[in-house]
Amino acid sequence: MAVKVLIPAPLRRYTGDQESLELEGGSVGEILDDLTGRYSELKKHLYGEDGKLRNFVNVYVNDEDIRHLQQQGTAVQPTDVISIVPSIAGGL
Amino acid sequence: MTLTVNEAQLGAIRAHGERTYPRECCGLLLGRFEPDGEKILCSVYPVENTWEGAGEFGLGDGEGEERRFLITPDDYRSGERAARSQGWEVIGTYHSHPDHPARPSEFDRGNAWPVYSYLIVSVQNGQAADLTSWTLDDERQFQLETVHQTTEV
Repeated sequence: MAVKVLIPAPLRRYTGDQESLELEGGSVGEILDDLTGRYSELKKHLYGEDGKLRNFVNVYVNDEDIRHLQQQGTAVQPTDVISIVPSIAGGL
Repeated sequence: MTLTVNEAQLGAIRAHGERTYPRECCGLLLGRFEPDGEKILCSVYPVENTWEGAGEFGLGDGEGEERRFLITPDDYRSGERAARSQGWEVIGTYHSHPDHPARPSEFDRGNAWPVYSYLIVSVQNGQAADLTSWTLDDERQFQLETVHQTTEV
């Protein structure tokens, strides 16, 4: 099942400059696996060395943050649109 | 990488840093990516520092807004919508370092993506001082970015 994923501008260099991709999977986790499987250089910018999504990387299914759903187990439908959204943090 | 800005935009960022001192200020840089890799800043988009809510995002580390800032994904999406309404994109972010040099910290580095500009203004005793911009390379290391300043407003 293909689901549309919007690629944020700073990560498009890893996806052949494509702004969106049709990726395979029935859950957010499966979709992200398909994404990093196809574009392995993306992985270090999405996941930390502990193998978990970096804290500042947020995934939305339509307008819902998956933290408020079932995290990466959130089921997706072909009509859904997945967005990868940074929360920007920093400091001294 | 080059970030092209004008004097008024830099003035707005410096003023924001002075206004929130001794807390950090933060905001988004809205503009255009040029085919040659240059970024052109079209508008400064100030955002409220919401670091106090950082725990929700797994980012809280006990530090305060004097040493940390947060732009939530919802605020980011608002900025992104504002950019797209003008035919622009989010091209980076800015924040202040109160009483600290304009150099990115390890915390900055851990929370960065490539391509974006990370503009930092040092604010010393309430007065904006040095201003630098950085981009993350493919090895996730920050590299200093050339800031090309124009007088055009």
